[in-house]
Amino acid sequence: MANKHFALKFLREETLPTAFCPGCGNGIVMNCFLKAVEELGFHDLSGFAFVSGIGCAAWCVSPYFKADSLHTTHGRPIAFASGLKLARPELNVVVISGDGDIAGIGGNHLIHAARRNMDLLVICINNFNYGMTGGQVGPTTLHGVITTTTPYGNPEYPFDLARLVESAGANFVARWTTVHVRQLINSIKKALKKEGFRFIEVVSQCPTSFGRRIGKRTGRDLMKWFKERSIHISKARDVQEVEDVIIVGEFVDRDRPGFVRKIHEIIFKVREENV
Amino acid sequence: MSERKNKEVLSGVHFWQGDTACAEGAIAAGCRFFAGYPITPASEIAEHMAKRLPEVGGIYVQMEDEIASISAVIGASWGGLKSMTATSGPGFSLMQENIGYACMTETPCVIVDVQRAGPSTGQATKAAQGDIMQARWGTHGDHEVIVLSPNSPQEMFDLTVKAFNLSEIYRVPVIILSDEIVGHMWEKVRVPSPEEIEVYNRRKPSHIGEPIFGGVGEVGVPPMPRIGDGFNLLITGSTHNEYGYRKTVDPEVHRRLVTRIVNKIRENADKIIDVETQNIEDADIGVISYGCTSRSVYDAVILAEKEGITVGHVRLRTIWPFPEKVVKEVAERVDFILVPEMNLGQLVYEVERVVGCEARVKAISKIGGGEMITPEEILSEMRKLLGR
Repeated sequence: MANKHFALKFLREETLPTAFCPGCGNGIVMNCFLKAVEELGFHDLSGFAFVSGIGCAAWCVSPYFKADSLHTTHGRPIAFASGLKLARPELNVVVISGDGDIAGIGGNHLIHAARRNMDLLVICINNFNYGMTGGQVGPTTLHGVITTTTPYGNPEYPFDLARLVESAGANFVARWTTVHVRQLINSIKKALKKEGFRFIEVVSQCPTSFGRRIGKRTGRDLMKWFKERSIHISKARDVQEVEDVIIVGEFVDRDRPGFVRKIHEIIFKVREENV
Repeated sequence: MSERKNKEVLSGVHFWQGDTACAEGAIAAGCRFFAGYPITPASEIAEHMAKRLPEVGGIYVQMEDEIASISAVIGASWGGLKSMTATSGPGFSLMQENIGYACMTETPCVIVDVQRAGPSTGQATKAAQGDIMQARWGTHGDHEVIVLSPNSPQEMFDLTVKAFNLSEIYRVPVIILSDEIVGHMWEKVRVPSPEEIEVYNRRKPSHIGEPIFGGVGEVGVPPMPRIGDGFNLLITGSTHNEYGYRKTVDPEVHRRLVTRIVNKIRENADKIIDVETQNIEDADIGVISYGCTSRSVYDAVILAEKEGITVGHVRLRTIWPFPEKVVKEVAERVDFILVPEMNLGQLVYEVERVVGCEARVKAISKIGGGEMITPEEILSEMRKLLGR
């Protein structure tokens, strides 16, 4: 029997190949997530539930993952996932979606779920633009960059998502790029074992809608650019112009009790007192 | 309140406001998840749920806005819990996109809209009945929901139980369209014993692989599993086949899905519709009413009787699907039909559509300051039409 790729047991084979463009970074993120799951000893995804919003990144889990997936409305996966997690606390609820979905239209849910320390792992695939709709400017698009809706250059400044979510109160925050495969796998493994709100931003390439407008026409061009610009957080203390670099690494790793645990403590206490 | 002793059904007679009765009706129906956001005049529902749900092992969570609230409700429903949110006009507007998601994914959930005067922030503390059409057509695309209209704290309890049952039976969002007057009205509420309360639960699939988004004929309601039970569910608001796979360009799949989620309500309208009638067999004039306004109609019926006018009154507990048959029936027997509502004309157009040329339909409209249409105003309109 020919050796099958390890990830196939976690995927709906009948849905492959994926609909992603050549050079897209989504496959790398899927691979890293499934590798983390494999290395943690899972043989299937039955203990997981996946929630995504609208956009290319949201398709990673739906329909490709052989698992329960809730493909929701634009910007709302974290809110849907919060309800699901509270109803089924025994499940490992993971949100995988894009930067436009999670930090643009859904930005409010992101910061409040972090503040609430809701027991979710959120993986935000940041490709700097609205790729599915053709490459419009987004909340993470770099200043000055040309997109289909900033034909004269982006007059706005991007969110620093990792720092935003860290200051909102998440238990765990990391940022890597699709070049940092091993580091990303390790952070996913670490995050999957923790409670509370965990956020991983993955800087990813979109050659089709973003790269070609900034002179980086292939996935390889963009990944090379990520590699050159990345600087580890331990060496980034003196960096002032975050625009010019991608600070990667683990930004915070703390163990405050998650929302699920707190709410069940309340329920337990109320029921004890009333008996 | 230790006398409650974590009871799920507070059987007995209470003096409650409508919002409290609604929350207790939800708990009695098995609701164990509430996500909401404060808004006048619905906040008391959230406050009561925050206190009561932990007692029965349920989850209350206050979300960051109404969009998040309805999202969490849908997520929790797929997690297997009966779920509810409560709001008023502005929040109801924010929820509309995901009400459509619940229609498309056939997710049972209950949304309470305690109506206040709009548009926009309007008069936050004042009653109105301006969300009749938003409840019907607020979300985009072809869809059907069920909308119930209580007119007393007792019905805030009873119709909330019913809302959960209909939602579970038809896998559809059910909207309780209350108003500030009914929500804040204090009256006697009798809570039956648990055995007297009929509670329905969603039908579960018999085996893994059974289609859960179709495969049940043209008007059927498929079974619904929970997330996390090994079904490898694909749940999406995009057009999907009966197994949940996205089919976003196939005309036949779209027609089949959307036609069924519409027809499962339309074709079962007779089973869903619930109205209260007075004197419709032998009436001089007809009145179609709902919600708080119906309370004035009750008095107008008595006042008219004293003047020798028999009023055929149809009070809609179900607003959508619209009770066409009974309205037609009344129209065949009278020359005039009055539709009093605290808006500038909403349900009256539906009545006109159904009545056609059978009778003359006249609106009694009143807005502003939460002032109710009085029995005298209704009576005076009757006198005018009947030439008395």
